[in-house]
Amino acid sequence: MQFIKPGININFIGRKKIAFVLSSAMVLISIISLVFHGGPKYGIDFAGGTLIQLKFSSPIKIGDIKASLSKMDIHISSVQEFGDRKDFEFLVRADSSAEITEDLSLEIEKALAAATGSSAEIRRVEMVGPQVGKDLREKALLAMFFALLFITIYISGRFELKWMLSGVMAGALMLSVYVLNFFHVSIPFLMAAALVVTLILFWVLELKYAMGAIVALIHDVIITIGIFSIVDKDFTLPIIAALLTIIGYSLNDTIIIFDRIRENLRKYHKERLDVILNKSVNETLSRTILTSLTTLIVLVALFLLGGAIIHDFAFAMIIGVLVGTYSSVFVASPILLAWKKA
Amino acid sequence: MWPHKKINLGLDLQGGMHLVLEVDTDKAVEDTIERITQELRSQVRKEHIRVLELERVKNNQISLRVKGAENIEKCQKLLDSEFKDLRLVSKSESDDILSLKLDLPDKEAEQIRKLAADQALETIRNRIDQFGVSEPDIRNQGENRILIQLPGIKDTKRAKMLIGRTALLEFKLLDEANDVAAALDGNVPPGSEILYEVAENASTHRTVKTPYLVQKRTLLTGASLTDARVEIDSQYNEPYVSIQFDKKGGRIFSQITEQNVKKRLAIVLDNKVYSAPVIQEKISGGAARITGSFTVEQARDLAIALRAGALPAPVKVIEERTVGPSLGADSIRKGLISMCIGGLLVILFMVIYYKASGVIADFALILNIVIIAGGLAGFQATLTLPGIAGIILTIGMAVDANVLIYERIREEMNLGKTPRAAVEAGYSRATLTILDANVTTLIAALVLFQFGTGPVKGFAVTLSLGVLASLFTALILSRLIFDYLLINRKMRTISI
Repeated sequence: MQFIKPGININFIGRKKIAFVLSSAMVLISIISLVFHGGPKYGIDFAGGTLIQLKFSSPIKIGDIKASLSKMDIHISSVQEFGDRKDFEFLVRADSSAEITEDLSLEIEKALAAATGSSAEIRRVEMVGPQVGKDLREKALLAMFFALLFITIYISGRFELKWMLSGVMAGALMLSVYVLNFFHVSIPFLMAAALVVTLILFWVLELKYAMGAIVALIHDVIITIGIFSIVDKDFTLPIIAALLTIIGYSLNDTIIIFDRIRENLRKYHKERLDVILNKSVNETLSRTILTSLTTLIVLVALFLLGGAIIHDFAFAMIIGVLVGTYSSVFVASPILLAWKKA
Repeated sequence: MWPHKKINLGLDLQGGMHLVLEVDTDKAVEDTIERITQELRSQVRKEHIRVLELERVKNNQISLRVKGAENIEKCQKLLDSEFKDLRLVSKSESDDILSLKLDLPDKEAEQIRKLAADQALETIRNRIDQFGVSEPDIRNQGENRILIQLPGIKDTKRAKMLIGRTALLEFKLLDEANDVAAALDGNVPPGSEILYEVAENASTHRTVKTPYLVQKRTLLTGASLTDARVEIDSQYNEPYVSIQFDKKGGRIFSQITEQNVKKRLAIVLDNKVYSAPVIQEKISGGAARITGSFTVEQARDLAIALRAGALPAPVKVIEERTVGPSLGADSIRKGLISMCIGGLLVILFMVIYYKASGVIADFALILNIVIIAGGLAGFQATLTLPGIAGIILTIGMAVDANVLIYERIREEMNLGKTPRAAVEAGYSRATLTILDANVTTLIAALVLFQFGTGPVKGFAVTLSLGVLASLFTALILSRLIFDYLLINRKMRTISI
């Protein structure tokens, strides 16, 4: 069986303008949504606070829960349905994380039993203090930063076969981060600065494969975060895990295409670059699609059947894999053309 | 693979409580300064030195003001002989008045902080051991944090109360020379303080707070205990905690009771008065009892806390994650279902798309999962819900390597190569690409392992194991199968 016939020739590179407009629009919308929402919407892992998962034995209206909880002294910031509707499960979130947690869950139990008559089972309690939330936020950002950094070094070393250069570059990056750290710059800013420095270095040193790969990565991560922001989902630790996995995984397709481009460059060295790029993308198209497809199959299974706790993780991964597949064809490859024109 | 080892389940799968406590080590330093101040005060009194001011002030300093040449000289002598460890922060002399500010050297304060954190960990471990939790995990995290994992615990509130209470038991005399009412109006005499007795009325559920004016000086603490146990009062049928002092403690206790007959002695636990009985006569033998309106459980937990000793500084819960056992079981069930369905779909897909070669890939895939399970057991890693997600993800990604190889083989065969040559070329050309693609995922997984905590770390573990296992199964194992079929069995065609 074959989805893609061997002789296929779709003009991908010729559509780079459309792709460019599309990608820019998606990135822009993502950033606008982030700005509009005042940054990513942090779950309690990062914002601090208390989360309680309740399960009722019989149907109950969310309004009733809200009404009975509103009489409590402790401010409840949100009540939402969780998981399957037939499970009657709800998430109650409070911003305060003081040592009231235990009382909070007890009080909620009491208040609900009194008001609704049906008893609730407390299935999960999570409390994160503000300091821990801040620590986790920093850790998550650092993890993303280091993942990008190491992958950058690996890509520039592996694709350009310039390990020395990539080592020097890594050194320069570390140094710039170290120096900036002296000025107590916030970590998001530090990351942005480091990425800008990386891209400038790539440009100056003409590390075009690395440039293509990293731009595609940043593109994927921004859009995934953006979509999360648009659908108003919380950022939690598992979502960071998903983003990191996307950083690692969405490169796979890019690597497959790039390897083929280099192979074809040797084979047809008289051909024009854009023709070779297009040929390479087409030749590897079946791989690009199949590898993403098998991963998507399991992710969709996880999304539909894995339960509410893992739901958002699967959702992030699905977006990441889709965007990653798109970007390796339409973002990473056309960037290689940038140098030809300059 | 290792049948004698089983896979550890994370708290999110088996249910339990994860706590991070912060030890208020500053309080330990503060307490030390306070103790030194008290000591200094009693020495000054003993030497008949008259001081204008002697107290603990902010920034953990002791402020001392002395007037008169004779007093100053005696005071200097006392400080030089008995308190030479104190650091002089500032010193000024004017109008016959000497003003000193003293504190602890930084190194000393650091030592106290560290000791407090270590001691707190030890004490909490003792308490949990006596409480009876199977396989608790208690460890230091950073400088002043303690990570506690209690799998399968049901009564989380009780456990938290037991772990978190300071359990500082103190015996102090009531200040009966002064009036409680006047003190409540803000007229607290120096050397005394107001402490409350908090009791809940069993029938009305109302809490009653009774104020006591208590002398600040602590006569005896729980540090002198050798034993604490629950007993039931035969008269009122109420549980109480009987305590036994060590030799020195017993001696001090009998002294206190001898010297203060007809006075009231307050039994103070964590700054709350439990009772303040009138001393009827000298009590020797070193035994005492703590009464209060306890339930049997409360009395039992108090006895455990007293036996394990007081925390050197208060602790605060700064992170808590509790998962009920039913939710954990749900997570396992749903995780396994999605793994089976996802896995079956991928297996089916590979067979339909690549026919017999797909079967080889599927065989490699199943072995892959076995290797992950073996790896988890072998490394004694913990399987968490994100960990299961990692295995599921691996199922989707592991066949990627086979896809790359098979697509290459098809390409080579389209160029007219023999099956054997095509397989040869397919593997050799795809290997580097596969390595690269997996290395980047592995980098991400390792970084995640380094920075992640708890469940997310479990994801990093299964993902790393999965990547490594799939490299092995795709590049080595499936290759061996092809070679066996093509070389040993001399197959002429391959079904791909």
